[in-house]
Amino acid sequence: MIPMAFFKKSPWLLHYDASSCNGCDIEVLACLTPIYDVERFGVINTGNPKHADILLITGAVNAQNEEVVRNLYAQMADPKVVVAAGACALSGGVFQDSYNVLGGVDRVIPVDVYVPGCATRPEAIIDGVVQALAVLERKAAEMKRRGAPEQPEKPA
Amino acid sequence: MKTALLGALLWLVVAPILGGLLAGADRILSARLQGRVGPPLLQPFYDVLKLWDKRGGVVNRFQNFYMLAFFAFVLVSGALFFAGGDLLLVIFALTVAGVMLALGAWSTNSPYSHVGAERELLQMMAYEPMFLLMAVGMYLVGRSFHVGVLARAEVPLVLALPGVFLGFLFVLTIKLRKSPFDLSASHHAHQEIVRGITTEYSGRGLALFEVAHWYENVLLLGFVWLFFSFNPALGIVAALVVYFLEVFVDNAYARLTWRTTVRATWAAAALLGVSNLILFQYFAR
Repeated sequence: MIPMAFFKKSPWLLHYDASSCNGCDIEVLACLTPIYDVERFGVINTGNPKHADILLITGAVNAQNEEVVRNLYAQMADPKVVVAAGACALSGGVFQDSYNVLGGVDRVIPVDVYVPGCATRPEAIIDGVVQALAVLERKAAEMKRRGAPEQPEKPA
Repeated sequence: MKTALLGALLWLVVAPILGGLLAGADRILSARLQGRVGPPLLQPFYDVLKLWDKRGGVVNRFQNFYMLAFFAFVLVSGALFFAGGDLLLVIFALTVAGVMLALGAWSTNSPYSHVGAERELLQMMAYEPMFLLMAVGMYLVGRSFHVGVLARAEVPLVLALPGVFLGFLFVLTIKLRKSPFDLSASHHAHQEIVRGITTEYSGRGLALFEVAHWYENVLLLGFVWLFFSFNPALGIVAALVVYFLEVFVDNAYARLTWRTTVRATWAAAALLGVSNLILFQYFAR
C-alpha cells in the first residue's frame, strides 16, 4: 500500500470567515461552481472542523473571533493545515489599524500557506490549497513516523 | 445451507466495493446534473482511506463503540438477507443498526448531533411502517418470510405488489439519505445542522460510517431486486434505475421538515401499501 497517498486525493476543507468583507468568501465559493469545480480533485467544503483537513480562513482575526479560530483549529483532527487567503488574513490588510483587529491569522494559530490578493482570485485559492496538500502530506508522513504532534492547549 | 453461506460471504466481500462504486457514480452524476465535471469514480474509496489514516479524536469512549455496533448490525442484517434468511429479522436488524447510530450521536454533547439523532429516530418512525407492509405483502404473495423462498416465488412480486413497490421507493429516499428526506445527515456537508448525526465523528469512526452506509445502500437495492427476482438480470437493471432515480430526486429537491416527512411517508404507506394489500387479498381469493 502506498502510505499517505490519500490525503492528496481527498482534501476536505473548512472555510471560516474571520472578519472578511466577503470579497474573498465569494471567491472561495466560486471555486465550487461549475467554472472551477474543485470537487474534481476531491475537495469537499465540509463546514465541520472534525471532518476537515484544511482550515481556510479569510479576513483578519479580531478580538471577538479569536477564540472561535482557536477552537476550530483545536477541533480539527491531525494531520491538518491552515491556509490564510486574502490580504486581511495575511496581515490584517486595510483593517490592521482598527482598534479590535489583532492582525493576520498567524497571530492566533500557525499558518502553513499564505494566499495574497484583495480579493484573492479563485485560481490563487486553488493554487494555495494545492500547496497546502504538499504540507499536509509532509505532516501526515511525520505523524506516522513519530506519532501525532502535540495538540495546542484548549481555549478556556 | 451452502448457498446461504456463500450468499452471506459474497455480501461481506462484494457489497462494500459495489457500494463504494455506486457512491462514486452518485457523486459524478450529481456533479453532471449541476453542470460540473465531478470527482473520479473512486473518490469515495480515497475519502475512506484518508479518514482511516487520520487521527480521529473521540468525545467519549462509547462513541466509536456505538458506531462499531451500527456497522456490525448492518453487516448482520445484510448477511441474513443475502443468505436467504427471514425478511422480518433483516428489517429489525436494520432498525437496531439505526438505533445504535442514534445512540452514538446522543453519547456526545454536541447539540447538532443530538438534533441529528432525534431526526434519525423520526425518520425511522417514518419509514418503518412501509418496510413492515412490504414484508407483509411479500408474505401474502410468496407465503413465506424467507428471502430464499421469496426470490423463487412463482408470481412476480412487483406485479402483485405494485403499490407496495412504489411506497417502498418513496421511503427508500430516507434510507439512502437523499433529499427531500435527508434530515438527520445528508451526503452534502453544508447544512443547517452542520453534519447531523456524524458531527462528532472523525477519522476511523467516520470511515466506518461511510463503509456501513455503502453496505446499507447495497442491501436496500437488494430489496428492490427482490421485487424483480423472477428475472435476476431485470432485477439488477431495476435496482440501478431506482438508484439513479434517487440521485436525480436528491438533486431536484430541497430538504423537508420532519413533520412533512412523517406525514408524506405515512400517507404513501397507507395509500399505496395498505390499499395494495387489500386489493391483493380481494382479488387473490
